[in-house]
Amino acid sequence: MITHSNISPILRFACRSAARIIQVFGVYVIVHGHYSPGGGFQGGALLAAAVFLLRIGEGREHSQRDMPSRVTLLLGSIGVLVYGAVGLLTIATGGRFLDYDAVPLPGLSLDDRHYWAILVIELAVGLAVMAILVGIFDRLLQRFHHD
Amino acid sequence: MLLAAFFGVLVWASSHLAPVGDPDAPLHREISPAGTPVAGAHYIHESYRDAHTENMVTVVLADYRAFDTLGETVVVFAAGVGVFLVLARRKA
Amino acid sequence: MNLFIETTMFLLLIASAIAAIELRDLLAAVVVTSVFSFVLATLFVAFGAVDVGFTEAVVGAGVVGVYYIAMLLHTEGRADD
Repeated sequence: MITHSNISPILRFACRSAARIIQVFGVYVIVHGHYSPGGGFQGGALLAAAVFLLRIGEGREHSQRDMPSRVTLLLGSIGVLVYGAVGLLTIATGGRFLDYDAVPLPGLSLDDRHYWAILVIELAVGLAVMAILVGIFDRLLQRFHHD
Repeated sequence: MLLAAFFGVLVWASSHLAPVGDPDAPLHREISPAGTPVAGAHYIHESYRDAHTENMVTVVLADYRAFDTLGETVVVFAAGVGVFLVLARRKA
Repeated sequence: MNLFIETTMFLLLIASAIAAIELRDLLAAVVVTSVFSFVLATLFVAFGAVDVGFTEAVVGAGVVGVYYIAMLLHTEGRADD
């Protein structure tokens, strides 16, 4: 069983530093998806990989404050619901489903509305993918930890 | 035996593909061989004007084909829910 | 030169795929599967599909390998057949 006490400090420090760098790169991949390859799915998978590294390198209990196991399904639901809510919002303001021309952002031209709507969508996808991947990982190791 | 035959068919078929990056390939023309406009040319022309975004792939994924991306996200979510249900801790 | 690199990549791809099937040690098989995904991602980038290559590198070589190893903790780590 992996606990906090039987991991060497060098390994812990290395995992922690590398995980922070990977998290910064994951956020960069999500929000910079307008200009370079990448987007919500890839960035979310990178964020999830950083949490995997923390789970392995720090032990399960001490990595709970970075990403608690019990909120993963909740965060994944929020991501999917935000995506669907943007679609329903465009119906409510008179457009079609996910028709970004109808996004109610006053003072913006049509292409800028598309720009910000795409950013919201990418953030929602990234949140959902990260939370679901971390949740699957926790559930896979759960029985191993509790035996 | 069947495997070798299938491998042969694949190699024979791939020798008739257009070279990579060929601008005259039917896939890259603006009018398809059937005489209809190709969708890819429309995206290349209009994506920056429609969404003010340089990366065409992002525009196609999150704007023109947003419904497919919603379906993809729901599939990932459904996979997660499935794992949660299958591996749920059983109350002994 | 470009053709040489692509041919080498394809040969590596086939070799890693066969090795992943034939290896008896399951941990080694998982590592070789990650190698397969990484070579495939490099090939995607070489053919100009950068987004697909990025996804393959992150998901195929990273997340799936971690999942396999997490499941290997429940097993003996050897294939019998």
